[in-house]
Amino acid sequence: MSNSESGTQLSYLKHPGKYKGILSWLLTTDHKRIGLLYFYCVIVFFFVAAILGLLMRVELFSPGQTIMGPQTYNGLFTIHGIIMIFVIVIPALPAIFGNFFLPLMLGARDVAFPRLNLFSFYLYLTGAILGVLSQFAGDGPPDTGWTFYVPYSAESSTNVIFALTAAFVLGFSSILTGLNFIVTIHRLRAPGMGWFKMPLFPWAIYATGWIQVLATPIIGITLLMVIAERVLHIGFFDPALGGDPVLFQHLFWIYSHPAVYIMILPAMGIVTEIFPTFSQKPVFGYTAILISSLAIAFVGYFVWGHHMFTAGISYGSRWFFSFLTFLVAVPSAIKVFNWVSTMYGGSIDLKPPLLYAISFIFLFMIGGFTGITLGAVAADVHVHDTAFVVAHFHYIIFGGMGFATFAGIHYWYPKMFGKMYSNRIANIAWGINFAGFNLLYFPQFVIGLQGMPRRYFDYLPQFQTGQIISTIGGFILFTGLVLMVYNFVRSIKHGAIAPSNPWGGVTLEWQIPSPPPHENFDTIPEIKHPPYFFGNNSNTKNE
Amino acid sequence: MTHPDINSGHMDSQTGKLGMWIFLFTELFLFGGLFLVYAVFRATYSEDFHKAARELNAFIGTLNTIFLLVSSMTVAMSLTAIQKKQKNLAIFLVLSTLFLAALFMLNKYFEWSHKFHFKLYPGSEVLKNLARGELLFFGLYYMMTGLHALHVLVGMILLSVNLVKIRSGWITSKNYLLLENSALYWHLVDLIWIFLFPLLYLIT
Repeated sequence: MSNSESGTQLSYLKHPGKYKGILSWLLTTDHKRIGLLYFYCVIVFFFVAAILGLLMRVELFSPGQTIMGPQTYNGLFTIHGIIMIFVIVIPALPAIFGNFFLPLMLGARDVAFPRLNLFSFYLYLTGAILGVLSQFAGDGPPDTGWTFYVPYSAESSTNVIFALTAAFVLGFSSILTGLNFIVTIHRLRAPGMGWFKMPLFPWAIYATGWIQVLATPIIGITLLMVIAERVLHIGFFDPALGGDPVLFQHLFWIYSHPAVYIMILPAMGIVTEIFPTFSQKPVFGYTAILISSLAIAFVGYFVWGHHMFTAGISYGSRWFFSFLTFLVAVPSAIKVFNWVSTMYGGSIDLKPPLLYAISFIFLFMIGGFTGITLGAVAADVHVHDTAFVVAHFHYIIFGGMGFATFAGIHYWYPKMFGKMYSNRIANIAWGINFAGFNLLYFPQFVIGLQGMPRRYFDYLPQFQTGQIISTIGGFILFTGLVLMVYNFVRSIKHGAIAPSNPWGGVTLEWQIPSPPPHENFDTIPEIKHPPYFFGNNSNTKNE
Repeated sequence: MTHPDINSGHMDSQTGKLGMWIFLFTELFLFGGLFLVYAVFRATYSEDFHKAARELNAFIGTLNTIFLLVSSMTVAMSLTAIQKKQKNLAIFLVLSTLFLAALFMLNKYFEWSHKFHFKLYPGSEVLKNLARGELLFFGLYYMMTGLHALHVLVGMILLSVNLVKIRSGWITSKNYLLLENSALYWHLVDLIWIFLFPLLYLIT
């Protein structure tokens, strides 16, 4: 479809809906507007949690008490974890880019259940606000860590119930979002788009959707049981009443390990879109990538025990979980191979989205290899609960999922807002982010191996060099993030008008104007080519 | 593949049903967590579970099972009635479903208050002096039947909405997705009870 045909509709940003003013956003059922609502919320909460993280870094600048006592520190890392995990990294990618681009890439006018979509957003907002309130209201910030391990979470006199309820509500929102996307993919693909003609970002969202739907209820019921434990002394996890605390760890990780794949799968989906576009070459190994998405989703269910190697589970189960953990690394490695091969022989255009996508591979691999270290039982016993784990986790989640998110924002920003950002500022911000990130987290691998435990507000003097470098890195990273956001905010007013296809992409979202019209497509497109078909003239860049 | 117009109120029924089925999967997993906990403690304390289950009244349990089974039948029949354009019959059948559900809840109320009378509730002194397995059995009993009762209540609200919508003529022989989905939900409530009943009442 060419540009001139679709001039009949107003863009979704200007479309007069049923309601006027602010209500036209708050009560919208347009998937694109809901995607933006999530986007703004995630940015706000991200900076709240990032500042909490920075405060922790300041505290760790020198041994002993620097700016806060142990109780405050415990509250900070708990809320930092709860907000980052449950409010940002689990929902962000499906909720922002899934909402905005899934229907566009499928050639649909909206998701399958637009009103349910709005309802999920309000559940999300309620949960997020409850999570932040738990820091301030009542009996002081929860101090259990985001993992809510019993027996402490059943006994701590702080605001644990608030935080548990927040996580429960956010989980419910996540389930409904996943359900909506699964049904959308099943029912609303454009005519001619068979399952294997679907682009790979929707495939990643599909795999994610099933994890959201089938794993999240387990954490729901587990959190309810902890609430019952606190309120009614029901005894499931209390050894004094015959219960078993390790049972809680099992139930918790049955969800929370697959949750890591809720975070990383859509991130992988985003970079899978970016590599072919900026190499102007079909993706290498389409089928291998989609099968590895599904394989990660499936095998990811059966590896939760690797969080419990030191919890006293049997030799047999440690062997089993360790083996499966190694196994789940294989499909991730296949993807890395495919991304690199996609670039091979392509005409590479090193724009900001590709820069972020390439650094995603680099950081994700460091995170992945250290994950293998942690998956090996013998090595894990040594580094369990040290800063090594913190570093590994942040390399996967921030270096992987975070950098892929930044890649996605830079990739789709022109489509979402109809404006171009400054490539120069974006490149500079990328350099600062990349340097700051590595300075922040790499030293933690080293001091972790040397024995620095995680979640301690104080430490022995020999760890100070690493801690100082890490804190400096934290401030550098934060500067880069602020610069990146400044670039986006500035460009909304001052950026050049974005053409419909600035990067020469071939998926459907690039075939309609930027920003997309209210109903996406004037006529539903008919799909004739396999995805990532670069032979068509209409796909040429229009800069 | 159909492409429903996003502006029309009536949804494509296959899409709506697919959504409901996926939602039912999540419900199964929600209860699945509790069944898992049940399995673990039942394996650890099988003696105590047998003893504690004797406290439950299998007669009331059986009665409630019958109520739910019959109500599942009436709600299925109401769907057929709507498809055959017999509006009044459908209203009568949904009303009977609601009536049976109310009987179930009434029974549950008497059952629970009877136990409360003997101070058999989580956190009570009586319960704390029982064997550990018996204490956990009652914890599970309250948690599982409580969560189930909550689902019965939600189902009753759903069915009441259906009742209003059948009367107002919104649900018709052409557009009965809401009733069909509510019936699916009601069958799930029934199905979960079918597992709860033997696990809690019949293991003595």
